[in-house]
Amino acid sequence: MKKEEWYEKSKTCKERNTDFSTVSGVPIKVLYTPDDIADMEHDRDLGYPGEFPYVRGVYTNMYRGRLWTMRQFSGFGTPKDTNRRYKYLLGHGQTGLSVAFDFPTLYGRDSDDSFAHGEVGKCGVAIDSLRDMEVLFDGIPLDRISTSMTINPPAAMLLAMYIVVGEKQNIPAQILTGTIQNDMLKEYQAQKTWIYPPEPSMRIISDILEYCSEHVPKWNTISISGYHIREAGSTALQELAFTLKNGFTYVEHGIKAGLSVDKFAPRLSFFFNSHLDFFEEIAKYRAARRIWARMMREKYRAQDPRSYLMRFHTQTAGCTLTAQQPENNIIRTAYQALSAVLGGTQSLHTNSMDETYALPTEKAAKIALRTQQLLAYESGVAHTIDPLGGSYYIESLTNELEQGAYKYFEKIDKLGGVVRAIDKGFFQKEISRSAYSYQKALEQKTKYHVGVNIFEEDEKAEIEILKISPQVEKVQRSQLKKLKRDRNGKRVREKLLMLRKAASDGENLMPRILDCVREYATLGEMCNTLKEEFGVYHEPIIF
Amino acid sequence: MKGRQRETVKGIRALLAGEKRTIARIISAVESEDSEEILEHIFPHSGSAYHVGITGPPGAGKSTLVSAIAKRLLGKRKKVGIIAVDPSSPFSGGALLGDRVRMTDLALDENVFIRSMASRGSLGGLAQATKDVALVLDAAGMDYILIETIGVGQVELDIAQVCDTTVVVLVPESGDSIQAMKAGLLEIADIMVVNKGDREGCERLLTELKFAFEMREQKVGWDYPILKTTATEDEGVEELVVAIESHASYLSKTGRLEDERKKKLLLRIHELIEKRIRFHLKENIMPERDIIKLLDKMYERKLNPYRIAGQIARRIIRLADRRFV
Amino acid sequence: MISKIRVLVGKPGLDGHDRGAKVVAAALRDAGMEVIYTGLHQTCESIVEAAVQEDVHVIGLSILSGAHMTIFPRILKLLRASKAKDIMVIGGGIIPADDMKKLQRIGVHKLFGPGTPTSEIVDWIKDNAVKPKRPTTRKKKSVRKKVKKQVRKKIKKKSKG
Repeated sequence: MKKEEWYEKSKTCKERNTDFSTVSGVPIKVLYTPDDIADMEHDRDLGYPGEFPYVRGVYTNMYRGRLWTMRQFSGFGTPKDTNRRYKYLLGHGQTGLSVAFDFPTLYGRDSDDSFAHGEVGKCGVAIDSLRDMEVLFDGIPLDRISTSMTINPPAAMLLAMYIVVGEKQNIPAQILTGTIQNDMLKEYQAQKTWIYPPEPSMRIISDILEYCSEHVPKWNTISISGYHIREAGSTALQELAFTLKNGFTYVEHGIKAGLSVDKFAPRLSFFFNSHLDFFEEIAKYRAARRIWARMMREKYRAQDPRSYLMRFHTQTAGCTLTAQQPENNIIRTAYQALSAVLGGTQSLHTNSMDETYALPTEKAAKIALRTQQLLAYESGVAHTIDPLGGSYYIESLTNELEQGAYKYFEKIDKLGGVVRAIDKGFFQKEISRSAYSYQKALEQKTKYHVGVNIFEEDEKAEIEILKISPQVEKVQRSQLKKLKRDRNGKRVREKLLMLRKAASDGENLMPRILDCVREYATLGEMCNTLKEEFGVYHEPIIF
Repeated sequence: MKGRQRETVKGIRALLAGEKRTIARIISAVESEDSEEILEHIFPHSGSAYHVGITGPPGAGKSTLVSAIAKRLLGKRKKVGIIAVDPSSPFSGGALLGDRVRMTDLALDENVFIRSMASRGSLGGLAQATKDVALVLDAAGMDYILIETIGVGQVELDIAQVCDTTVVVLVPESGDSIQAMKAGLLEIADIMVVNKGDREGCERLLTELKFAFEMREQKVGWDYPILKTTATEDEGVEELVVAIESHASYLSKTGRLEDERKKKLLLRIHELIEKRIRFHLKENIMPERDIIKLLDKMYERKLNPYRIAGQIARRIIRLADRRFV
Repeated sequence: MISKIRVLVGKPGLDGHDRGAKVVAAALRDAGMEVIYTGLHQTCESIVEAAVQEDVHVIGLSILSGAHMTIFPRILKLLRASKAKDIMVIGGGIIPADDMKKLQRIGVHKLFGPGTPTSEIVDWIKDNAVKPKRPTTRKKKSVRKKVKKQVRKKIKKKSKG
């Protein structure tokens, strides 16, 4: 049968929907054929794994050599509580740690801050000082584990604490491996965890890049994150475009700060969301790798191929979990995990089924981890590289997303770059509009969410919930009080003064922060010291 | 009737004492219903607040600037009322009012009252409603009333003209002074401000504005200041407050303050008469439903609107003559 | 002129996840309400003060940080202190069922769980947010008196019979 004939015939068939589009609203054709990728050249546009432009994967043999790192994000209550959970997860075969901090810590506030009231240990672990960090990693040898810390405005302080914990375990900073998120741009755009205005924030980031390239060379200094952009409601394309543009902005900043691009770019890593639309997500990861490689080589003139590699962590989409019929979340998460793996992720977090209610219970967290282990050890999907490469649909989606991203880059450049576009509310507006139109699509039932707007059930789900006792806050506060009594207050004040001075002199902040940390200055004390110099950020209001 | 009067009097007393819940309640009443009775009671207690309008294009940083001005005034132990006007959605009639976000530092100050207002679609009515709300705040003992509007249309210009001093805010990239001129913003400005003065293009905009103002006919004795501020850094705000104060003292010294305020009262009388007559006409003299009955015939071209309007108008005038002459 | 339902949408505490709050705010606007959005990281004090000054019918809070058992009671307490008990408090976010019950018992009017369609929130507010915006009007009083008289008459009749 000829192509045209088939298309004619297919038009006569009745369709079950009037609209077929991805979860991001991109229309999907009834069939993809070689015509859809006619312009594509294999060697130029796909290449081989571990080779430019890295569409098929960043390493030569990908999961045949080493599986992705199974890295479950966790933290709650006191450092002691979380330390126990870490040991439990490591005991069940988890291969990396990922620290979730509570809100006060994320905002650089101590547990006794008035703003912290009611929030201590609730959404993550409370860390006030080096003392807490020592407890958090007690009995966990830092040379044998890689640790990711989801921390942004106070990233420098938490990294410093980690380094000092290493010192106390006799492990030199040179061999520490791990990641700090340290991606402030997406905070202003989507996640909204900020302390200082964008400019001083960018300066702190440059200081970290510079310091680590010298002293903590194996550390991933920024995890450029699309995850939160997506959670805030963006489409897949927006997630891709905004995240990469943020990445390039950090590169430009590093270069402007006088660093050679190949010195820090290999330490940049990424963090993406894995959302509902199976194929669109896979195409997104593939497109991201190609864009990064091309731009790093062509625009930023990186020479070291390691600068071209877009290595990324993935987390399944928290915003797709439902409170209704929570067990369904296990299945949802499994599909999302599969698309991350088919997309070639370097590490993965799978959400637990109970996370719309609270932090996961031990059991739920274990099922989430097992989901990954099933994929890795049973399903066979990790036996060959990029198994969907060459699919007309996947390749066509990959191309489309890449082109769409370039269009966004142009738009952002016209606005004067990322920082200026944040100030104008460009990202915030784009994201909240997408969020609203998705919500409307759900309510008009042009998009479905099982258990929410289709196949609903009346009965309430009974599942076990992890409760954080208000006792945690009391314990943290009294520990903090004790710490302040026991440490050498005079030396703390001295070191804080020197930090302030470094901030105003433009000296690299990292060594000063390390000094403060060693004297057990609290996180809040350090952040407040910098606030005096840098001021605080106020959001522009955009709908 | 007595019960209601007693309630109103009680309300007025609380208002005069600056009781915030009552102020808020009365503003709602004034905003949403026929409230002349309340306003009658309030009017004698007003007249001491100084009204400053702050207007400019979206994104000019008006709220931040208003907040910074208010802080300065509070530092001088003044009481400050803020009215932030934003457009209602023409489709739903709803509105998203986010100006308070920029004013969080002020929110808990005892001497501040902030009120967000939506335009509620009633074009002509908005300026009036704003005036009425300002009247309430005036009677509640505010020394200054800052009225923030988006300067994009005639309505906003009208609101700006409620004020004793009008500050027009531009930013370097809102571009062009040309747009502002087209919108008529420059003509209503007593003080021009270029905010976000740390931005590229600021100096050029300042020069353009200076040129534009030289072209503008100068009112005697008032040299239009063109100021540069960076509201987020609190830079240039003191100068702006000084400029507002000196405009105020210029107005009162030259007697213009009284003249202008009398003019505004005259205008107010006109508006109120028109409002009453319009209401009376619609309800009693030429009820809409009677005219609607004629629409079919007009549509078929058997009657024409010109003649009908003429007839109704003549009838109204005859009625009026009989009553008033 | 028209009377409008006014709603304050707030994000108390430190949690920065404002997707839900913003979606709800936009939906309420599209349903014809006037929404005062207070932004992120608000203290309970500033939320209540804003609600009073803006004379809203409803305060809607979005809390995803787990701090709901601290924040809601505080808001209610502050409202009582400001003589603004009649302002209704509703909320949404990640709130376990038994906490929801406790909160509703102490005076939170309504809590919406994750996945609630915005139309449900709109409808609830429309049905519940009607309060007299001004000191009671004469008409209502007279109506009430009439009803009272009629009831009295009926009672008299009954007692006679």
